[in-house]
Amino acid sequence: MSPVSGPNRRVLVAAGPIVVVLLILPWVVEPYQTVLLSYGLVFAIAALGFNLLLGYTGLLSFGHSAYFGVGAYAVAFTVKYLKVGSMELLLLAGILASALVAAVFGLVCVRYTRIFFGILTLALSQVLWSLAFKFFWVTGGTDGLRVPTPTLLGVSIDAGQDKMAFLAHRYYYYVLVLFVAATAVMWVIVHSPFGKALQAIRDNETRAEFVGVQVWHYRWVAFLISGVFTGLAGALWVPLNGLTTPDILVWNFSGEIVFFTVLGGFKTFAGPIVGAVVFNYLKTFAVGYTVYWQMFLGVVLVTLVLALPTGIMGMVARLSQKWSQKWKRTPAP
Amino acid sequence: MEEDARAVSLLKTTQLTKYFGETHAVDHVDFTVTEGEVLALIGSNGAGKTTLINLISGLIPVDSGAIVFQGADITRDSIHEKIARGIARSFQLVNLFDQLTTLDNLALAIFSRDGKTRKLFTLSDADRAVRDEAVAVLQQFGLANKAGMVAGGLSQGERKLLDVAVAYALKPKLLFLDEPTSGVSTREKAPIMDIITSVVRAGKITAVIVEHDMDVVFKYCPRIVAMHQGTILADGTPEEIRNNAQVTANLLGAQAQS
Amino acid sequence: MDTLLIHILNSLLYAAVLFLIAGGLSLIYGVMHIVNLAHGNLYAFGAFVAAWTVGLLVGGGTPTPVLYLVLLAGPVVAAALGAVLEPTLLRPLYQRPEEYQLLITFGLLLILEDLIRLIWGPYPLSVSSLFEGMGSLNIGESIYPTYNLAVIVVGGLAAVGLWAFIYRTQFGVVLRATSQNMRMAQAMGVNVNRVYVQAFTLGCFMAGLGGAIVVPQQGAVLGMGVDALILAFVVVVIGGLGSLEGALVGALMVGVVRELGINLFPEVELAVLYLMAAVVLLIRPAGQFGRA
Ligand SMILES: Nc1ncnc2c1ncn2[C@@H]1O[C@H](COP(=O)(O)OP(=O)(O)OP(=O)(O)O)[C@@H](O)[C@H]1O
Ligand SMILES: [Mg+2]
Repeated sequence: MSPVSGPNRRVLVAAGPIVVVLLILPWVVEPYQTVLLSYGLVFAIAALGFNLLLGYTGLLSFGHSAYFGVGAYAVAFTVKYLKVGSMELLLLAGILASALVAAVFGLVCVRYTRIFFGILTLALSQVLWSLAFKFFWVTGGTDGLRVPTPTLLGVSIDAGQDKMAFLAHRYYYYVLVLFVAATAVMWVIVHSPFGKALQAIRDNETRAEFVGVQVWHYRWVAFLISGVFTGLAGALWVPLNGLTTPDILVWNFSGEIVFFTVLGGFKTFAGPIVGAVVFNYLKTFAVGYTVYWQMFLGVVLVTLVLALPTGIMGMVARLSQKWSQKWKRTPAP
Repeated sequence: MEEDARAVSLLKTTQLTKYFGETHAVDHVDFTVTEGEVLALIGSNGAGKTTLINLISGLIPVDSGAIVFQGADITRDSIHEKIARGIARSFQLVNLFDQLTTLDNLALAIFSRDGKTRKLFTLSDADRAVRDEAVAVLQQFGLANKAGMVAGGLSQGERKLLDVAVAYALKPKLLFLDEPTSGVSTREKAPIMDIITSVVRAGKITAVIVEHDMDVVFKYCPRIVAMHQGTILADGTPEEIRNNAQVTANLLGAQAQS
Repeated sequence: MDTLLIHILNSLLYAAVLFLIAGGLSLIYGVMHIVNLAHGNLYAFGAFVAAWTVGLLVGGGTPTPVLYLVLLAGPVVAAALGAVLEPTLLRPLYQRPEEYQLLITFGLLLILEDLIRLIWGPYPLSVSSLFEGMGSLNIGESIYPTYNLAVIVVGGLAAVGLWAFIYRTQFGVVLRATSQNMRMAQAMGVNVNRVYVQAFTLGCFMAGLGGAIVVPQQGAVLGMGVDALILAFVVVVIGGLGSLEGALVGALMVGVVRELGINLFPEVELAVLYLMAAVVLLIRPAGQFGRA
């Protein structure tokens, strides 16, 4: 018996073509589109991490900007103070820093659930934001910290190469590989015995405790993993943006992470990914189209919650079910 | 309790007490369970049966008194430590993982029992041993054909059975079943109790079953403990309980009316 | 000695405004179990409406005392907004998980934030003439704006009024009954929908009042709502979500700590406040006065 059983193999089959499309994309679309998609994939990694808490553990964090921001600032600081230019080391810095912060914040937060968890995560992320904002001589304040293009696997950007071209090709592939790896890892985690334990905690905390799952410990580990994924995303985001500002630490950005995930559908594994990519397009479009883009996004969110609570993936599932039923009812010729 | 002196005492509470404000839910209770027996805990509504189980299983902290399990004082042990020692329970109001499948509800209990829930990087479906065991337990409880259904979609009777099955799958030494047939129709009660008692006996598990239906109790349990207003009123064989004047006055009378 | 008094007055000033905002937030949570993330925007709305209405009348011969009353347009509009929003957006969600309720109020936050910009533009509105119009008092060596004292008085009156309203009126009884057990209240014939809309409206009125009374002193600026929301969170976390007494004590504590923070360690003043909230949650999850 192969370790990958029936439904699992189907997932691989479904994921294959998508990855192929993502691979050839930079050759067929404008660089701008590729860069936009890179942002989407980076946010998707953050959303995957976030949804380990919301979708699988039942904890709604309103402070995930903290880990994204810590990942990003760790990169900026490492570049600025340690003069490191290797992206791999920078990612390591981002991961370590976000793991540290998530480990500490998690200790505090996992003892609570529901709205208290939400407010606590929010308050702690605001602590970081206000520090980044006030200690401007370290963080650059609202001006942020500028980060030069790093080297990827030891190779630096070609002399005279256009930054856009670099981002749209080499960096895109870099992000893509990490995105695929992160998705695969997360997929295994949520389907592991540990992942089942998290879902059990989500469904029924008391009973989980009574089958021997130590709820706080598991929540803490989930929190840590969630923070690390989001921190990785933050670190990857820096070269795309070229600049780290307190905007990514402020709670509105946490709200956006929640938004992506619900947009895609937090009850499915792929929902957050789809949501992050779609949201990124939606926001880019709205920002380019009107100064009142926040209002536009707000209207989308309100409509979503009222009319489409299961998100895009929920809608897709419903439609495909309808179609397959229709298909079955039509007799074969 | 004299007659129990020869047998091995598995669990013993001494002067166990829990008050909720004015309510003396469990009041200086000395309660003993002997290894290997299937014991019924009876008593009218509010007698303190569930509270007693909650205290022993660690859901709520005790006010005073002691709980000794296999010679060790476990009064202040955490739920987790008590589970690890082999004390499991089911719930009066069904407590399941509603969005997980019936199979996964059991698989989780088995993973947890075997310390495998710490595994992050293996697929749970790939563990054949756990899967087979979960299926076997489902078969014992007559739930095998519901394996792929989410627990939230089961009928009340099936949910009660699954609740017991999840506790049973932990392979405990001592199993508390809090009203395993509550909320199901009278017709369904006997089959459920048949399944539960046969599984428990086959697994050589010591069990304490809370049950309101006296016919069921007399039929399945050789020893009965009757509670009333937080204290133990009587303790004995079905025959002794049936003929105990206090029990008849306080419990069986009420039973007859309801 | 005088400086101490001034510090105390500043703390009270800040606490008065915070109490109005956080009290409304807490009231709404206490009754409806909804955390309204858009609550700060209602405060901002109150500020903008008040500033704009007064701005229309100022210099037009309206006597100054009337202008102070005109500030009330802020809370009235905020309350009206609340009365519309609750039945349309929130009511459909009471049966749904908490996450959705939070999300819809977050959507509302985004909308209202931009709505203010759409209506009043990106520039701050100010009616400082009302602030200056009251002059100032001499406190020992220093002078203190009379208007600030007025704000403290209004905050105090609001606290007393609210207390009387909730503990001394028929409506208060119904409100508390609903808050403690919605189903039971419903069974006893309480029209829960009506209570909810009333509570929400009242909460929004308080937020709007908070906005209106700070306008003469600070003006109305974009983003004021979100800043206020976060601070209101700190207050309710410290005092206990759903408790008015808690909101009062929380507001006082935050007022004092902020005043200390501004003077002693200005860099980390906000961080200290957020940390304070986190620490209180750690020690007492339901806050100082929460019903755990
Ligand atoms: N958490 C609690 N807080 C306050 N009182 C409680 C609590 N749990 C139980 N009680 C009270 O303690 C007494 C014993 O309750 P318990 O649930 O143990 O009774 P029981 O014997 O299990 O009854 P039933 O047959 O109805 O399940 C009752 O009066 C009950 O109201
Ligand atoms: Mg009971």
